Amino acid sequence: MRLKTLILGVAATAMTVASTVNLAQSEELYVPSLSYRTGPFAGGGIPFANGFADYLNMLNERDGGIGGVKVKVEECETGYNAQKGVECYEATKAKGALVYNPLSTGITLQLIPKAPVDQIPVLSMGYGLSAAAIGETFPWTFTYPTSYWSQMSSILKYIDANGGLKGKKIGFIYLESGYGKEPIPLLEQLGPKLGFDFVTFPVAGKDMQNQGSQWLNVRKERPDWMIMWGWGAMNATAVKEAAKIRFPLDRFIGNWWAGAHADLDPVGAAGKGYLAANFSGIGTDFPALQDVKKLIVDAGKSQVDPDKIGDVLYNRGLFNAVIVAEAIATAQKKTGKKVITGADMRVGLENFVLDQARLTALGLPNFTGDVKGSCKDHEGAGAVFIQQWDGKDWKQKSELIAPMTDIVGPLLQAAADKYTSDKPEWKGQTCG
Amino acid sequence: MDLLNQIFIEPFILIADIPDLFVQTIWEGFVAGILYALIALGFVLIFKASGVFNFAQGIMVVFAALALVSLHTKFGVPAWLALLMAIALMGVLAIGIEKIVLRPLVGQPDAILLMATIGLTLFLQGAGETIFGGEPQSMITEELGLPTGSTDVEMLGGRVIFQHIDVAAIVIAGLMVGGLAVFFSKTRIGRALRAVADDHQAALSVGISLNQIWVIVWFAAGIVALVTGIMWGARSDVSFALEVIALKALAVLILGGFTSIPGAIVGGLIIGIGEKVFEVYWGGIFGGGVEAWFAYVLALIFLLFRPQGLFGEKIIERV
Repeated sequence: MRLKTLILGVAATAMTVASTVNLAQSEELYVPSLSYRTGPFAGGGIPFANGFADYLNMLNERDGGIGGVKVKVEECETGYNAQKGVECYEATKAKGALVYNPLSTGITLQLIPKAPVDQIPVLSMGYGLSAAAIGETFPWTFTYPTSYWSQMSSILKYIDANGGLKGKKIGFIYLESGYGKEPIPLLEQLGPKLGFDFVTFPVAGKDMQNQGSQWLNVRKERPDWMIMWGWGAMNATAVKEAAKIRFPLDRFIGNWWAGAHADLDPVGAAGKGYLAANFSGIGTDFPALQDVKKLIVDAGKSQVDPDKIGDVLYNRGLFNAVIVAEAIATAQKKTGKKVITGADMRVGLENFVLDQARLTALGLPNFTGDVKGSCKDHEGAGAVFIQQWDGKDWKQKSELIAPMTDIVGPLLQAAADKYTSDKPEWKGQTCG
Repeated sequence: MDLLNQIFIEPFILIADIPDLFVQTIWEGFVAGILYALIALGFVLIFKASGVFNFAQGIMVVFAALALVSLHTKFGVPAWLALLMAIALMGVLAIGIEKIVLRPLVGQPDAILLMATIGLTLFLQGAGETIFGGEPQSMITEELGLPTGSTDVEMLGGRVIFQHIDVAAIVIAGLMVGGLAVFFSKTRIGRALRAVADDHQAALSVGISLNQIWVIVWFAAGIVALVTGIMWGARSDVSFALEVIALKALAVLILGGFTSIPGAIVGGLIIGIGEKVFEVYWGGIFGGGVEAWFAYVLALIFLLFRPQGLFGEKIIERV
């Protein structure tokens, strides 16, 4: 009898504790962070993860969360590995995940088909599958504030404005992965259209720090400009090798994953002149960043080295968190619910608007260009600017450069159609 | 026809047209070969003494270089003292490996020892990231007194660029190989090491301490790893991505033989020069990126025709 009572008592206690935990879970906004603080790409993953977590934690400290509900950020280490990324997804989705930020094109490609099934949107901020910009085909995937293809078109516009594209030879050096290969179809189509030749220089993951051959080939091919889709240790090595063969660095442009402090600090003065695209503000001269510093970093609640707040990738991670936070707030307004679901989050993302007035209200004046999404447009048609390394720090070199939407738009649509052509079960959406 | 042209005609026209590029390619391949050989040297030392392929050699390169840089930049230790401390750290690591990993596994099959080195790799990865952080760091090249900058030499109607750090790498690698060769052939410990390499039981029976030899060999491999890390780090930066470059040493070892120091050098040079020349002059046939697989295909061909490598000993096992 006593034993039976004891068992019943333990069971009742366990059920009470479990329901309390569930209640606690349901009263928070759960945002998993697929980060990588280890492995060959940790140099980029660490500052990004810090900026992402610090901004959302700052909202918890300063505003009591979003709409009065605290945000819970939980990191899962992917090592920039697609298989581990999917494992992280499967391990966290049942906890009430609102959105996934895969921070890897490889992981994004794996999650795109899962998103409609599990009703959790994917936000691949400026990376991933460019065609996901087409909202009617990809209702659950978003690439705000832009896509790789749009970014490439902005870079080409910069080149065109600085000596012209017609008759030029463009060298494209890239990490040989899904990410690195992503803009090649665009270059293949834009080359004949805009009158330039291009030549590719693939860099295998295991040869990121051993690029002698690629740069000998650059010397052989003599391109007028070089564009890089690099990541991790590849970037610093490429800039050093370019300087070594005397390639003019002010004609060498990295994409936004190849233009961080983590990339150029190890190069130093030798990298002076190197260019890179960017879409998030540089430095700490923003009220929101000061709040992060005061409430999170100075209070010892961050993993960031205080000297690295405001670095390019820290601010990029912070901007990713801004998009997530603003989409949550929009979803709360649209649905009238404080605690939202993944499906609600999709509504928030689809109605996402970030203009200069809102950026100023957030304490991030002129931090980025205007971004406005819709049912059809999951990219936001955001612009990028070109920054330049002065030997010690990044300085903004150009104004915001809008993408060639008129040219890239139809190509994105064609790529989206191609994606679904062999997937008869794929469900898009119809926008009014 | 077009393919035959790309194989037999175009590369040689290119060499004739831009001869300075050919000289530069050979030079770059030579430097890369020496650096591959440095990594392979670490493997050879341990294989000679214990018959095990040390899977951890790559991470030892990263660990040693990160220790050096961190001691200087994070803890303010003067560069040369940091170098000595990094050497001492590799000594402590060698003692630890011998006591904790190798000694309990004496007499176990080679596969067990290989697995132990994989475990050691994971331990050093975790320890390295915990202690030094995962972010890339700049090698303290100038602080160590190593040369920077380059010299342009006008030749063959063009220009060949020689990086001073590459010249230093060749000189240092040469001194290191020479020093190790003398050490193994002229000193008592070196002869003892060779005896251990030939037969553990026989070496033990004549009073050679296996444990002492293992500590010395792992320490030597640690110093080789440190030098390798300094040289590779100076060319790019010091990050965990360096670890995977060590995989190329496997191909070098297959070419040169797992037990031969001259083999490591020759194998490194064949692969270094071969992959650069092949990538620049024949890579276009394959769409570029041949450097990623050239070394392994060459190693595969060697395995088919000369499995013991150029300088390795033919192993005959009687059953």
